[in-house]
Amino acid sequence: MEYNDKVLDHFTHPRNVGEIENADGVGTVGNAKCGDIMKMFLKIEDGVIVDCKFKTFGCGAAIATSSMATEMIKGKSIEDALNLTNKAVVEALEGLPPAKIHCSVLAEEAVKSAIADYYKKNGIEYDHDLLDCSEGACHLHGSNAEE
Amino acid sequence: MGRFVYVDNAATTAPAPEVIAEIDKAMSDIWGNPSSLHVKGREAKHALDNSRERISSKLGCSANELYFTSCGTESNNWALKGTMAMTQRKHIITSKIEHPAVLNTCKALEKNGCRVTYLNVDGDGVVDLAQLKNSITDDTAVVAVMMANNEIGTLEPIKEIAEIAHSKGALMFTDAVQAIGSIPVDVHELGVDMLSFSGHKMHAPKGIGGLYIKRGTRIANLIDGGGQERKFRSGTENLPYIMGLARAFELAYDRFDDIPRIIAMRDRLIDELTKIPYSRLNGHRTNRLPGNINISFEFIEGESLLLLLDMVGICISTGSACSSNSLEPSHVLLSIGLPHEKAHGSLRISLCHNNTEEDIDYIIEQLPPIVKRLRDMSPIYPGDNN
Repeated sequence: MEYNDKVLDHFTHPRNVGEIENADGVGTVGNAKCGDIMKMFLKIEDGVIVDCKFKTFGCGAAIATSSMATEMIKGKSIEDALNLTNKAVVEALEGLPPAKIHCSVLAEEAVKSAIADYYKKNGIEYDHDLLDCSEGACHLHGSNAEE
Repeated sequence: MGRFVYVDNAATTAPAPEVIAEIDKAMSDIWGNPSSLHVKGREAKHALDNSRERISSKLGCSANELYFTSCGTESNNWALKGTMAMTQRKHIITSKIEHPAVLNTCKALEKNGCRVTYLNVDGDGVVDLAQLKNSITDDTAVVAVMMANNEIGTLEPIKEIAEIAHSKGALMFTDAVQAIGSIPVDVHELGVDMLSFSGHKMHAPKGIGGLYIKRGTRIANLIDGGGQERKFRSGTENLPYIMGLARAFELAYDRFDDIPRIIAMRDRLIDELTKIPYSRLNGHRTNRLPGNINISFEFIEGESLLLLLDMVGICISTGSACSSNSLEPSHVLLSIGLPHEKAHGSLRISLCHNNTEEDIDYIIEQLPPIVKRLRDMSPIYPGDNN
């Protein structure tokens, strides 16, 4: 199992690490038992994600996918951010080892979870089936993920 | 080019130059088949006998009690499957912290109708002798407990375990893959019936291992063929590696006066690294392999730690799930009572005689800022002042 240069770059020099005070949306997915937790912070103005930061406990791929996901949604509309798929994150990273695909799923869910939080805070109705991510079970490698 | 510090000797070791020279000699000159009757074969047979003699004298057994195999895993498979094939007894006792080569062999035997007891270990990783005494019966064929754990380095009380095994007429087998080469091992002193070892953990190459089988032990052969290894392990002998292994044994047994230096380096690392907040040593504080250090750092994940250390030239291992192909962190760390989240953040450093005080200085300099860097990125890290 080996990471490519792009993944290693995002792991060693992660973009947008940190927290946003008074963020408009905060989402946390994963759990410590499974070995990865992602927390995503969004600053939203006029339906656009003007700032985005993350904190991640996890492996190299977890940190790299978090970093890439923040880059991909920063400056985008909420609608565009909701369309971010784990597959797109993997492609932007030029591939992940098969056992690490679940990290990209977590990144996608972290974004959705932060947007759901924004909707909740603002009393906006949304599709719970689509955006509410469970924090319960560990993701099986590759399951419900597009490789 | 920055510094390079290899401290993953429990995974594998660098072949010693003397071992490489011995193998080179064998490849160039002593390439005959030991089974051939002509001069080239006799030369090879002589070298084979000589190598077996040199190794068995170190282990304290006679040459015809020593069998060469392809690796430690094969030796472990043979010891257990070979034993169970020759006895009416159906019960095996092992521990929860054995290497997969033993655990998965036991699981395979369970499918064949054997009953296996997996002994608990205490917080330091020492097997529960009371549970052993309670679970051993007249149906127990073999007790299999490792001499030293590969992850946390804890040394098991093999001599006592062997006495308990023998009290019920069971055989005693120990996987000594991590111990041989690191500490003096004498099979008679230990009182074991079978003992496995591997070349590449002791500065010989991968692809060579061995099994000591006490004379009179009933064991079936695993590999059929031309009847090499006194009909017990067919296949033309890997003479170059066997010769290399013999040299590695001599080097290891000549080097045991270096153990106090390795222990001092180990203890300095343990003392310094456990000063990092939210860290803990895994395994017994003193009753552990001279070169083994296993520490958990809370709030971070082992693979990330491994990758960042790799980037500054330090090679280590981790017990995190993310470095394996399963979702489970190390079964050893879970067995000593670590919760999953602490097991994920574990790191194993394993030293050998090649390591120096400068290596230790470098690790002590590089590791704490890397732990801090990952913690600063971690959403669950409460800060050091909490």
